[in-house]
Amino acid sequence: MTENILEVRDLVKHYPVTQGIVFKKTIGQVKAVDGVSFELRSGETLGVVGESGCGKSTLARVLMNLERPTAGSVLYKGQDISKLSGGALRRLRRQIQLVMQDPYTSLNPRMTVGDLIGEPFEIHPEVAPKGSRRQKVKELLDLVGLNPEHIHRYPHQFSGGQRQRIGIARALALRPEIIVCDEPVSALDVSIQAQVMNLLEKLQNEFGLSYVFIAHDLSVVRHLSDRVAVMYLGKIVEIGTEDEIYERPTHPYTQALLSAVPVPDPTLRDQKAIIRLTGDVPSPVSPPSGCRFRTRCWKAQDVCAEQVPLLEIRSGSDHASACHFAEKREIVATHEA
Amino acid sequence: MSDILVTEQSQPGADGSGRPSGRLLEVEDLRVEFRTRDGVAKVINGVTYHVDAGETLAVLGESGSGKSVTAQAVMGILDTPPGFVTGGEVRFHGKDMLTMSAEERRRIRGEGIAMIFQDALSALNPVFTIGFQIAEQFRIRRGLGRAEAKKRAIEMLDQVKIPNAKGRFSNYPHQFSGGMRQRAMIAMSLALDPEVLIADEPTTALDVTVQAQIMDLLAELQRERQMGLILITHDLGVVADVADRIAVMYAGRIVEEADVFELYAKPAHPYTLGLIDSIPRMDERGQQLRTIKGLPPNLMNIPPGCPFNPRCPMAQPVCREKVPPLLQIGSNRASACHFAEELVNRD
Repeated sequence: MTENILEVRDLVKHYPVTQGIVFKKTIGQVKAVDGVSFELRSGETLGVVGESGCGKSTLARVLMNLERPTAGSVLYKGQDISKLSGGALRRLRRQIQLVMQDPYTSLNPRMTVGDLIGEPFEIHPEVAPKGSRRQKVKELLDLVGLNPEHIHRYPHQFSGGQRQRIGIARALALRPEIIVCDEPVSALDVSIQAQVMNLLEKLQNEFGLSYVFIAHDLSVVRHLSDRVAVMYLGKIVEIGTEDEIYERPTHPYTQALLSAVPVPDPTLRDQKAIIRLTGDVPSPVSPPSGCRFRTRCWKAQDVCAEQVPLLEIRSGSDHASACHFAEKREIVATHEA
Repeated sequence: MSDILVTEQSQPGADGSGRPSGRLLEVEDLRVEFRTRDGVAKVINGVTYHVDAGETLAVLGESGSGKSVTAQAVMGILDTPPGFVTGGEVRFHGKDMLTMSAEERRRIRGEGIAMIFQDALSALNPVFTIGFQIAEQFRIRRGLGRAEAKKRAIEMLDQVKIPNAKGRFSNYPHQFSGGMRQRAMIAMSLALDPEVLIADEPTTALDVTVQAQIMDLLAELQRERQMGLILITHDLGVVADVADRIAVMYAGRIVEEADVFELYAKPAHPYTLGLIDSIPRMDERGQQLRTIKGLPPNLMNIPPGCPFNPRCPMAQPVCREKVPPLLQIGSNRASACHFAEELVNRD
């Protein structure tokens, strides 16, 4: 097994809910991330899937140390990054970079592409001395499949897919070891999405990058990930290799999620049994007691309301699942079926 | 739904007199352009499609392909200016809606053709309750009294499976979750029992589990009412699940139209083929995704010949010179590619 480059231990991020304008009173906590543990191995892609509000973007922000965790730790090569500050934090930031979802709002419209991609070098001049920066930026543009001659253009002169490439070039500028991708392709059209996904794969092979790939699209995640974590209401409910999660899911939520993904093949129309979840995701301010999924789960028993199921490997399964009644169920209809 | 509405609705078309072609809604050679400061964008360049009762037509395309603008032109809700319909016909029961008076057209909206939108939060009025917005239609269009309209609105909320419809009647849109809002919008669009429903990316903003619920609901309501459904989407997965026929759009044209099974089994246009190849599939873990190179054309400057030719792996000199017309191939499919026959007959 390769070494763990990032270890997340019991990570918690709560946001206070306040009432009143002058005398703010905390009346509750939004439990955005509530006890999440996983590790990222060197050179692998860990996919994080979940529906809106499950805390996957908050997780990205905490991993980047853009938000300090309420509790728990994020260890980069054994060093707790959530406790770092000043110069030490700045040095560490070189190693973990972020690609954001919306290529329209994440690029400053008043800066040229050259300035946008070159800005990281201002903060970390040791990576590229002043004289060589332009050359570096051109190399980066070429690397992500953009024309190096376009260094003086502004973001509005590029399409969505090209802007996302600019965002990727900027994340690559400091030669990081880890890139956290927060929904990097969800704003793009299918034909463009495939181009960007291929680019991300190419870059990983070339530089040995480790990705935390956050997305709601299960097909995209399967395509890129080595291991996958499924989140629901601030917790990981199931984690395993891409094969374990997609072929042998044991948590009812994962099973429901997978069964709901439309498969682009009309001949499978009647072969798929969609597990229909009723109702909506409960509020993260007051999540259900015990298992958080129990309010929508067809297997729920009394024990589910009383005991929080631990994320552990259960009998009859090969990977960790947080369900008292975890059992294998085949969901994804394959062509042989 | 109430019996009164059904009988009212089924009269005009039932005898067949008012619809020479037997088609419910037909769009023929529709052309729309946007006149902007920077120039004229030819957004729709001759779109032809039709939908019959009880049928689901999926209009598939990427952003900028003109799929939503076509729907807006059909509904008569195009922003004018900058958008202008410059040609073509939109016939409902054989009658051209583009030449009708505004009043006649208004009567068709809601009762004949209704539409639901992608973003339910901005499509609903935030300062009125959900119930009021549905009941309003019964009061204005059906002349019902307040109490009766309220009763009918609650029935509608019930039909779209909103739990506790009575209590939810007086909620505002912001008190509903995304899926609930989409349900409320469906209730609103179906209130006057339309014959055709246009759904413009109805589930794009929703999570997969909620998406499945909404698509189920739409399919069920369509079956019950024998509505014609035009589903506008970019999602090849959703289309595979529900569509009967598919029209694929590119640069304001329909490049391929076919039965859903034929289209996925043997695409007859290189663009369709490229689209199907470039989606990551959950049931197959491939290595490298095949992609369509390049970008969709700028609509102010569409390349001569076939608009797809700069991105097409099969392009020949003829593709740069002649615009391929949408021609029938085989019994019930059509493709706008010079080499459609070769594509379908290969291997």
